[in-house]
Amino acid sequence: MAHRCPQEPQERETTGVYLSTVTSPVTAPPGGDPRRRRIALVSGNVVALGTVSLITDVSAEMVTAVLPLYLVLGLHVSPLAYGVVDGVYTGATAVLRLAGGFVADRFRSRKLVAGFGYTLSAVAKLGLLLAGRSVPAIGAVIAVDRLGKGVRTAPRDALITESTPPEALGRAFGVHRTMDSIGAFLGPLVALAVLAAAGESYDAVFVTSFCIAALAVVVLALFVRERPAAAPEPLAAPESAAALEPATAPASAATSESATAPEQPAADKVLLKAAFGLLRDAPVRRLAAASCLLGLATIGDGFVYLMLQRREELSLVWFPMLAVGTSLAYLLLAVPLGILADRIGRLPVVLGGYTALGLAYLLLFGPVGGWPLLVLTLALHGLFYAATDGVLIALAGPVLPARLRTTGIAVVQTGQALAYLVSSVLFGLAWQAWGPQTASRAAAAGVAVVVVATLLLLRKRGPVR
Amino acid sequence: MTQLSNKARIGVLAAAVVVLAGAAAGYTALAADRAEPAAATGTGQDAAVTLTPGPRLLTITDRHLATVAAADPTGPRTVSTVECLRVYAAAGTGVCLRPQTAWAYEVVVLDADLRPRQTVAVPGLPNRARVSPSGRFVAWTVFVGGDSYTSSGFSTRTGILDTRTGTTISSLEELTVIHEGKPYRNVDVNFWGVTFAADDNRFYATMSTAGRRYLVRGDLAARTVETLRDNVECPSLSPDGTRIAFKQAIDADPQRGWRLSVLDLATMRVTQTAEQTSVDDQAAWLDGSTLGYTLRQDDGRPDVWSVPADGTGAPRLLIPGAESPAPLAV
Repeated sequence: MAHRCPQEPQERETTGVYLSTVTSPVTAPPGGDPRRRRIALVSGNVVALGTVSLITDVSAEMVTAVLPLYLVLGLHVSPLAYGVVDGVYTGATAVLRLAGGFVADRFRSRKLVAGFGYTLSAVAKLGLLLAGRSVPAIGAVIAVDRLGKGVRTAPRDALITESTPPEALGRAFGVHRTMDSIGAFLGPLVALAVLAAAGESYDAVFVTSFCIAALAVVVLALFVRERPAAAPEPLAAPESAAALEPATAPASAATSESATAPEQPAADKVLLKAAFGLLRDAPVRRLAAASCLLGLATIGDGFVYLMLQRREELSLVWFPMLAVGTSLAYLLLAVPLGILADRIGRLPVVLGGYTALGLAYLLLFGPVGGWPLLVLTLALHGLFYAATDGVLIALAGPVLPARLRTTGIAVVQTGQALAYLVSSVLFGLAWQAWGPQTASRAAAAGVAVVVVATLLLLRKRGPVR
Repeated sequence: MTQLSNKARIGVLAAAVVVLAGAAAGYTALAADRAEPAAATGTGQDAAVTLTPGPRLLTITDRHLATVAAADPTGPRTVSTVECLRVYAAAGTGVCLRPQTAWAYEVVVLDADLRPRQTVAVPGLPNRARVSPSGRFVAWTVFVGGDSYTSSGFSTRTGILDTRTGTTISSLEELTVIHEGKPYRNVDVNFWGVTFAADDNRFYATMSTAGRRYLVRGDLAARTVETLRDNVECPSLSPDGTRIAFKQAIDADPQRGWRLSVLDLATMRVTQTAEQTSVDDQAAWLDGSTLGYTLRQDDGRPDVWSVPADGTGAPRLLIPGAESPAPLAV
């Protein structure tokens, strides 16, 4: 692939430039401000991480698509026999996610920890072959896969944050999440193709899925950099599209520490005490509280799809399409909403996303029915993800001190995940007590309360934009 | 990895792509070879399979409907061209769960000559099927969900069709649930494994909620189901209507497997059969005192076994290489 920096010595500073040119269509913002010009593109590291996520999601969604068929028609095991308590997994992965985040900060090895997570999930695909007809073994394999996913998320998002100037974080996460969703979109299609080619052999799907996941680990190892080119050396090419140095980032109270520092010797290793001290910092504490609140506002995709399925009497053919529809809206909207978040502020976009979620909940028993209901609900649901998933981390990144960024991101994501667990239990109880209609309206009311509370919590308080 | 030049990195990547793509393609090709059908196992005579009552057993052999003589179950098999994943028949009416397309399944009601009479699309993967003794009602259970690798959302959907009027209860969840004498509602309510009484109104099934699995008795006219007993799955009512064969989770934990047992409805006493292997099936009464059921070998290959219903005797391999047994005798 042709690229614009033939000089070998520069290469170290501009890793992945040839990759970043792939996404160069992202339009440069108007104005001749030199600082703005530098952030016109997302960095090579973000594209590399996006590529890893894309490939990994193809692999993961392949398995998702065929797992029910495999269990029921391939193995003839009763899937009801594994009454997997989702909560137990969520709890366990939450703790391990925090531990992974801390290890990544402590040893300054986000890439390594993320790579470990990706590798675990890859190995889990082979585990499905070895598990045979043993239901507990299949459950264990799925647990390992989730563990890998839990471990890699925070270090990956920390790497994206470090590789991007603070004012372009929304776009960077938008690009990453779009690539991620494209993978999720392609996965089931690849699985179908393999099943057709292999004469309905599920083994072949798992082996192919493993090979694809392994390729993602290779791409990670080769093209993702632990230290983004922070240009500590004068060699740095100033005009390079991938120049990542946020040289003129506003040094607010919260971000002063985060100005990308050159490689530090091991002298100031992050201690456990510092990690716990993270929550003593008021902006970080507010952020953590807000992420828990926002987690409480979501009742879970499963419930949403279940209510749509019941109302519209959808068959098995269409049921998986609900998730596909949401992904489609998500991947189309992630970049535009990320750019919007960089322009008008991340908080309004996040809150707008939650408003869309509230509307989707109201629509579940609203006046619209049939195809318009499905399209509208899934579009709003996808919009919710596009406006919140990456943007929330973009909002959090600059608030978190650089040394503890992975831990901080893990705290935000874990808080959200645990709160989400609580809210889905509460929603289940509400359904039991009041029926689905009232329960979904109560959930919409809950979203409204959370939006107002989050606004009060994060508004006009200095650095959080 | 910063030591590697761009060229080297691209080289390593290309090599990895070649090796991994080769491995995936190679394995897929191998699997395709293995899956090559071992040419129709056309055993037995050319006589057509029918569901007319008689001393025969209906089964599925290599995904196709087949019958054997009840007196000589290991003897010659009559195999039809009708493909089914699960089957049951009574009084000349059959129910067959089969693929509609690669990703969708349907319930087909068959007449005595295996001609399709009615078809209902079902939202999931075939699991159980039953016909009422008169042949008027058919019921089915499918697995739905499992919509996400990361949410263990497996559940079942059980429906009943009145073949005379064409009315369908697409999910038993539409019925009113009476639990411990009171109306009961929960998002996790799930039904499977219907068995019909001779009066074409009463039926029995499994209902699961809050982590427990109950025997329920249903009333089609009143549109209610009522819980009767805990830890009863996949009930099968005896021809005289007095006993229910079912699978009982060991220590009430399905992960530990199931014992095939029989419940006396008058005394509510449970008798375990002599079958020690875990049975994950809705058993069929081959006559007033014998149960037939499918067991799978380690590689998933099925065999039909039988065992006396009263707890005596020993299990017997009845029809090798077959599954989903149903008696055609009256």
